[in-house]
Amino acid sequence: MNLTLRIWRQPNAETAGKLVDYQIHDIGKDLSFLEMLDVLNERLASNNEEPIAFDSDCREGICGMCGLVIDGVPHGPSQGTTCQLHMRSFHDGQTITVEPWRAATFPVIRDLVVDRTPLDRIIQAGGYISAPTGSAPEANALPVPKADAEAAFDAAACIGCGACVAACPNGSAMLFTAAKAAHLAHLPQGQPERKTRARGMVEAQDELGFGGCSTVGACTTVCPKDIPLATIAQLNRDVLRPARSR
Amino acid sequence: MATTGLIMLSYLVAHMIGNLKIFAGRQTFNQYADWLRTMGEPAIPRRTILTLIEIVLVVCVIAHITSAVQLWHRAQRAHKSDYTTRTMRWGGVIVALFVVYHLLDLTFRVANPVGAAHDPYDNVVASFQQWPVTAFYMLALIAIGLHIRHGITSAMASLGVSHPAIPLVSNAFAFLLTVGFLVVPFAVLIGAVS
Amino acid sequence: MISYDVGVEISDRKAPTGPIEHRWSERRFEAKLVSPANRRKRTIIVVGTGLAGGAAGATLAEQGYRVIQFCIQDSPRRAHSIAAQGGINAAKNYRNDGDSIQRLFYDTVKGGDFRSRESNVYRLAEISTQIIDQCVAQGVPFAREYGGLLDTRSFGGVQVSRTFYARGQTGQQLLLGAYQALSRQIAAGRVEIHPRTEMLDLIVIDGHAKGVVVRDLVNGRISSYTADAVVLATGGYGNAYYLSTNAKGSNATAIWRAHRRGAYFANPAFTQIHPTCIPRSGEHQAKLTLMSESLRNDGRVWVPKKHGDPRPPREIPEEERDYFLERMYPRFGNLVPRDIASRATKNVCDEGRGVGPTGYGVYLDFAEAIDRLGMPIIKERYGNLFQMYERIAAEDPYTTPMRIYPAVHYTMGGLWVDYDLQSTIPGLFVIGEANFSDHGANRLGASALMQGLADGYFILPATINDYLADAAPVSVGTDRTEAEVRQRIDRLLKKGDRTADSFHRELGDLLWEHCGMSRTEASLRKALDRIPELREEFWDRITVTGSGQELNGELERAGRVADFLELAELMCLDALHREESCGGHFREESQTADGEAKRDDANFSYVAAWEYGKENPTLHKEELTFEYVHPAQRSYS
Ligand SMILES: Cc1cc2nc3c(=O)[nH]c(=O)nc-3n(C[C@H](O)[C@H](O)[C@H](O)COP(=O)(O)OP(=O)(O)OC[C@H]3O[C@@H](n4cnc5c(N)ncnc54)[C@H](O)[C@@H]3O)c2cc1C
Ligand code: HEM
Ligand code: HEM
Ligand code: SF4
Ligand code: F3S
Ligand code: FES
Repeated sequence: MNLTLRIWRQPNAETAGKLVDYQIHDIGKDLSFLEMLDVLNERLASNNEEPIAFDSDCREGICGMCGLVIDGVPHGPSQGTTCQLHMRSFHDGQTITVEPWRAATFPVIRDLVVDRTPLDRIIQAGGYISAPTGSAPEANALPVPKADAEAAFDAAACIGCGACVAACPNGSAMLFTAAKAAHLAHLPQGQPERKTRARGMVEAQDELGFGGCSTVGACTTVCPKDIPLATIAQLNRDVLRPARSR
Repeated sequence: MATTGLIMLSYLVAHMIGNLKIFAGRQTFNQYADWLRTMGEPAIPRRTILTLIEIVLVVCVIAHITSAVQLWHRAQRAHKSDYTTRTMRWGGVIVALFVVYHLLDLTFRVANPVGAAHDPYDNVVASFQQWPVTAFYMLALIAIGLHIRHGITSAMASLGVSHPAIPLVSNAFAFLLTVGFLVVPFAVLIGAVS
Repeated sequence: MISYDVGVEISDRKAPTGPIEHRWSERRFEAKLVSPANRRKRTIIVVGTGLAGGAAGATLAEQGYRVIQFCIQDSPRRAHSIAAQGGINAAKNYRNDGDSIQRLFYDTVKGGDFRSRESNVYRLAEISTQIIDQCVAQGVPFAREYGGLLDTRSFGGVQVSRTFYARGQTGQQLLLGAYQALSRQIAAGRVEIHPRTEMLDLIVIDGHAKGVVVRDLVNGRISSYTADAVVLATGGYGNAYYLSTNAKGSNATAIWRAHRRGAYFANPAFTQIHPTCIPRSGEHQAKLTLMSESLRNDGRVWVPKKHGDPRPPREIPEEERDYFLERMYPRFGNLVPRDIASRATKNVCDEGRGVGPTGYGVYLDFAEAIDRLGMPIIKERYGNLFQMYERIAAEDPYTTPMRIYPAVHYTMGGLWVDYDLQSTIPGLFVIGEANFSDHGANRLGASALMQGLADGYFILPATINDYLADAAPVSVGTDRTEAEVRQRIDRLLKKGDRTADSFHRELGDLLWEHCGMSRTEASLRKALDRIPELREEFWDRITVTGSGQELNGELERAGRVADFLELAELMCLDALHREESCGGHFREESQTADGEAKRDDANFSYVAAWEYGKENPTLHKEELTFEYVHPAQRSYS
């Protein structure tokens, strides 16, 4: 099929960007969206034009590296990550707008590539269990009810892509933060640091300049790993409860 | 924000129930209005409780608006703004404008066609017999309903309560509250209360 | 064509020689220690944040060392390890099904087709149990039984159930555990992290590894970092084949540059081809997707008996299907080891009986399993994999059999290291898939995660002290390395007429064709003739737009492809010189009467460690001795 692509081009963080139109022809339905961009880039590069910078690595929906706003929707029209989107989700002759994640906390590095290091900072503010290597007890010493393990996994599935921030009208990273907090809060190993973790991460997300959450819910809609809105309530509960209680 | 919102909300619930007494007739309604002021008497001087409520409400409004502005500010710093948050904020502003007008109308009675000092029943009826006022009230009440609909869900999440039924319950709650308020101007308009 | 010299034999002098079960504790006892006060004064560079690097960085920092760490992704959490699906082995024997350290050791040596070191493998099996303890303490949400205890499954045809897993995302969860531990050290100021930074060379001063030259991928700045020791944890080089199951960014640059600076490269030809991947669909395909091996537990592999049968699979009657794995290997059926399943698949497709649009695919059919077990069980076991398949292939595996084909998956070869995981350059340590250590000629499923974490959490942090205890402090002299890196980048920045990707694809096809699932002297010679030409063409015609002072994906790719073009030659040379078949290395000249790999222990029971040479590489052999597991011909039929 033939398509018109309107792609955000921005040479670097300091220079203003703009949407530029590209025509692309004979794209197969089985190509992934990123492979389609590869094809375009190969053409640009062989004509000595600058290819479009975008991030990707695993290309199977697990590393969280990819992320484009396609026609206004983070990760585009199908459920899942940008790299799992295939051209069969589009039709011949369509015009597709492609932009980077939009959030002041994620400055554009170039074209469609943004800087998501603030998400790492949130984890550094407490998104872990302090268990230095060598100090661990026998793995089966502490049974974990299956349901808790499953719930922990559901939250731990977050890939840190940042689509939630891109979708949130407040530019809040609460879903991401809540997912990590929920992962560890569901496990007995995560209890000792539960309150300090929740508070530390929420404070960090505020200090880093992310917006506050007002329960809009746009984040869950685009989340490729279906992290539910309830995790945010759970995080708030841990933040509000006094440090001593569970 | 959640706390202040919910306090104001509980006032609204009480207020709505109070308003519905208008269907019980002029006397009941006026007595009720009077009771508001004489609550606790003689143990407590006249108007103490009402004044306390008023103070709490004023503090809430100020605190609520302050955090709303902060939230707005942070979102702007994070470069964001779109439909849902806009509705919440403008919805809030409409609520605020409404309250100002409403106070002028029925509390201070400066904007009221009758302005009877001890007959709120008359005042209410007089107000709602003017269709532009009724229309304005109705619009404002719907805005309030929408604000509350999202507000309850949001307040629950902020307070760390999560339950799959919350969206449903808050929708129902906001709906009942809005209807509860709306029936009064509507009743006056169709002449059921006069 | 390139030739090689044979140099002196090398050996691993670090492993103690006593009873195998005491070797690791003996080594830890003999190794010198560094006092806590002195650790603070020592800096260690760790390149890579995958399971191996992430675990090592966190643990070294916990011990009190200062760590400087690099990765090419925008966050340490995105290393390629994140993609591992199936699970991680450990000899816990929770099932009471006869597993033990001894058995895991035995299985790994045998699975590696007797081309790995007994001491190393035993240690790996020994440490495997501690890994699970450590990960659980970090909050890795492993699958559990209803009683709350850890669940296991059997994997890759092994007869005991020793694979721990977290749904189909074990690698992700293990990596997040390591990443979180690392994050804690970053917050504590003990690890200085540099994401989006690529190591482009190794700094060697007076014969010791003392630092790295890196390029900041965002602004292009090239700078040098020095330290008391350097650890490479940069993963495997499967992307030499262009299409593989590895992440797009996986590359060989770090280990290849270290090789050029003097680190020997061991067994470069040992590549693992995974039998169950989604076949390629067209020429623009950028990578191949693995479908978990566990699918073979219930799926049946078949092709039509008739060549080029045009009928859709469901219309082909039972008697016209060839369940070739079940036919050829009645004892193991669809569960034969990876290399055997892959080769059998390739053979039926080469005969012209492959299916799908390209003819390079076979069916993996669940109809019988659905009949036997019912839809709900199949859904529970494989639901997410089926969904993933449907998303990519746009076919519903519940009703139409999946199509699969083998793809490059893992590289057993890597930089040569001794028992301490130190390379032939003192002060340069190599961990994880980047080294060659434990898997011999073929890796068992769920063992790479185990090895990466064993290296990172437990082995390196114990052995590196021995080196640091008397390493001379870093002398910051003038160094040419940085200048050389700049020159190389300048050479790449030119306007030619072919992109790095187009060279990469051509190289990949060449390797796949001639140094892939089966290799012959003729095919390897052909590749060895072509690769130097391709390399010359590369430097002649490469086009890289933009400049070096900005984020420039073309430049990154070009640099990596240039290194693959050199490494590929060594891979083919190694494959050519090893005139035997073993594990994943199948030389058609060396097979048994029924077409199985035939080892030649008399002549090739060694690790081939290659030393870089400007003209020719030099081969150093490390003789392998087997005291505990006696080499036997693998047989699965
Ligand atoms: C699809 C798939 C599924 C798998 N499933 C399993 C499984 O179920 N069980 C199992 O045991 N194994 C599995 N494996 C194998 C296993 O995942 C890998 O072998 C293992 O994760 C490698 O870990 P690592 O730490 O050595 O390297 P990686 O995880 O590859 O990490 C490499 C790191 O080095 C960095 N790096 C690379 N080059 C440079 C450079 N030049 N400069 C700076 N940084 C650099 C990268 O940024 C990254 O941080 C699977 C592999 C694949 C591809
Ligand atoms: C000037 C007046 C007002 C403004 C500007 C305002 C604005 C806002 C804003 C911006 C929010 C948070 C956004 C969100 O949750 O999506 C909010 C929440 C809320 N508001 Fe208001 N509002 C006002 C008046 C009121 C009144 C009068 C009530 C009650 C009757 C009320 C009840 C609530 C509730 C319950 C919430 C939810 C609190 C939470 O999110 O935790 N608001 N308001
Ligand atoms: C149809 C709907 C409503 C009617 C008929 C109504 C009626 C009245 C009347 C009669 C009074 C005066 C009582 C008195 O002074 O004795 C009053 C006061 C007040 N109303 Fe309403 N009201 C309505 C809706 C609302 C709403 C939606 C709000 C808030 C968002 C509100 C907020 C107030 C406040 C703050 C006062 C002042 C109370 C005080 O004296 O402190 N009202 N209302
Ligand atoms: S919560 Fe969802 S959208 Fe947000 S980072 Fe995690 S996976 Fe991405
Ligand atoms: S969209 Fe934003 S406001 Fe909260 S619920 Fe999601 S973070
Ligand atoms: S590239 Fe890894 S999730 Fe998309």
